[in-house]
Amino acid sequence: MQEGNRISNLKKVFTNGILNENPTFRLVLGTCPTLAVTTSAINGLGMGLAATFVLLCSNIVISMLRKFIPDKVRIPAFIVIIATFVTVVQLLLQAYIPSLYDSLGLFIPLIVVNCIILARAEAFASKNPVVASGVDGLGMGLGFTLALTLIGAIRELIGSGTIFNMQVMGAGYEPMLIIVMASGGFLSYGLLLGIINALTNRKQQQKEAE
Amino acid sequence: MSLITSTAPHIRSRLNTQKIMLNVIISLLPCALAGIFYFGYRAAIVMAVAMVSAVAAEFIWQKLAKKPVKVNDCSAAVTGLLLALCITPTAPWWMVMIGSVFAIIIVKQLFGGIGDNFLNPALAARAVLLASWPARMTAHIAVTTFPGVDVVASATPLAGGEASMLQLLFGQVPGAIGETCKIAILIGFVYLLITKTITFEVPVVTMLSAFVLSWALGMNPVTTVLSGGLLFGAVYMATDYTTSPMNRWPRVIYAAGIGCMTVLIRKFGAYPEGVTYAILLMNILTPLLDRMLPNRVYGHSRKKEAK
Amino acid sequence: MNIFLFMISCILTNNFIFSKFLGCCPFLGVSSKVSTAASMGLAVTFVMTIASFFAYMVDQWLLVPFGLDYMRTIAFILVIAALVQFVEMFLKKSSPGIYSALGIYLPLITTNCAVLGVATLNVTAEYNMLYSVMNGFFSALGFMLAIVLMAGVRERLESSKIPQCMKGFPISLVTAGLMAMAFMGFSGMV
Repeated sequence: MQEGNRISNLKKVFTNGILNENPTFRLVLGTCPTLAVTTSAINGLGMGLAATFVLLCSNIVISMLRKFIPDKVRIPAFIVIIATFVTVVQLLLQAYIPSLYDSLGLFIPLIVVNCIILARAEAFASKNPVVASGVDGLGMGLGFTLALTLIGAIRELIGSGTIFNMQVMGAGYEPMLIIVMASGGFLSYGLLLGIINALTNRKQQQKEAE
Repeated sequence: MSLITSTAPHIRSRLNTQKIMLNVIISLLPCALAGIFYFGYRAAIVMAVAMVSAVAAEFIWQKLAKKPVKVNDCSAAVTGLLLALCITPTAPWWMVMIGSVFAIIIVKQLFGGIGDNFLNPALAARAVLLASWPARMTAHIAVTTFPGVDVVASATPLAGGEASMLQLLFGQVPGAIGETCKIAILIGFVYLLITKTITFEVPVVTMLSAFVLSWALGMNPVTTVLSGGLLFGAVYMATDYTTSPMNRWPRVIYAAGIGCMTVLIRKFGAYPEGVTYAILLMNILTPLLDRMLPNRVYGHSRKKEAK
Repeated sequence: MNIFLFMISCILTNNFIFSKFLGCCPFLGVSSKVSTAASMGLAVTFVMTIASFFAYMVDQWLLVPFGLDYMRTIAFILVIAALVQFVEMFLKKSSPGIYSALGIYLPLITTNCAVLGVATLNVTAEYNMLYSVMNGFFSALGFMLAIVLMAGVRERLESSKIPQCMKGFPISLVTAGLMAMAFMGFSGMV
């Protein structure tokens, strides 16, 4: 019985990050990488997975150490732990997927200051047991990855006519270049947020009506 | 104290807006006719597509958002016409349509509709089109007054084409539909002044500052003033009530900024024509200009109609 | 490169917000009023300039000589965190006036990616000491310009009838997108 409860709780923690508290669409955290790398679906996916790895590892380690880190220096301590895993990701990408490393560029080291990771460390991992923290990190990371891939796919489709580098639009399609430029990043993210807000508002209204 | 300095219009009847917008449309007729005269039926098609899709976008949005439908205030039609006049006659219909829809939905309605947009919708749409399809937007054709004659691709004077002073004045140069014929624009300007739809300071200061700065930078000041979309922008785009400062001195600074920025972008920037960006940048600065030079007491300042 | 052109490039052409997406969180979060936006901009300018200097020194005199390049990210973030802490204490003691104006923004700056971004960029671009510091200072001025302009527009939007679903972040993002588009006018100037 208790075991069942625990698992359903973990399930809730997991889906929470993907849906209700999706870091990109609901909490609007980590805007810089979201805007910068979503020029294509593959970049969004790569960034998302890199962040997920860091989030998972740092959540687990911070949760393990949560009783040993003094409250006063916890933020610097968290940052050091996060920075360590970011360096690991950086070195791994550089060695095994150099093309992705090049296209994400500056934004890999900047995962350190991605607010999602520090926010989860502070709000969840420093207060919860190891397994739950790991699941939370995984859920949040996948939520971030899905959102980034979605935005990347939409921008790539409109701005280059492809998805994951596969030609989708017909040969006569003339891509709307601005969508893959800086300005288009802000515009598409903002519009997508607006559309998602409108859909959830409508759902809530329907629920209330019932 | 943080009072919000939203530019005019504050409260105004629909009739008032409609009247102003009709005045603008009437003043644009010479430009539109000159465009059709020089570039043929293509110009007419671009204008029709732009206006129809702008009005349709506004209508559909207001229906969907369950707002009162106010397309008969003509503001959407004006936006569509302005957009058409500042793009090339060779623009394909889908591009014109995307431009109009962008102007109405994203630049205007998302920010709350008429009077609430912070950028000039037509110009913002032009900037989107220019960034998205640069080759299409700069595919200019030589003027032809005879329908049926083959169109010849040609460069605008700003992009290196040749033109005499008289050709510039009468608009016998390749360029955007409504921007080439300076005489037509001046006729429209005079009409707007007579009907008190706009005041003179913004267009005049814009042109003067462009003239002086280009002279100082060793460019030909007369060509600078007469070529490209500077005059059209100064008269029709920069004077937009919603996106320009409210009072005289901020307006003068705003206009001087447009003139200077245009010359700087033309001289140093990547674009041969900078007036679009110059006006957009000064639009962005407008709320701060309004703040820094606070309003005078109402009723004291020179009469400036709200739009 | 000519210093004047370098300045134009940092402030306008390659604006941190509008073309590099660095510092977007405070740009969106602390831009609802012009006065707070200006304070945030000042605080960022202060920290970014000093951080560029110290990150350069740490990199040249510690990391490179000892072959610790791979520790760069960790080292830089520690430098920045320590620096922010130090600046905060220093200002509290020496100039309470500035501290009361910037105080609440300083802790936020540790996680502002513009600061870590500029430190990392300085290294990848192989700038010398002077250019590193100038890059920090001018880029921060560009950030300040962007956030103050944004705050001006947002103050104006407060009275607008923005559709419910677009209120808050969505309309701020669209505003930023349109501003970035206008900033494209500066392209090619350097």
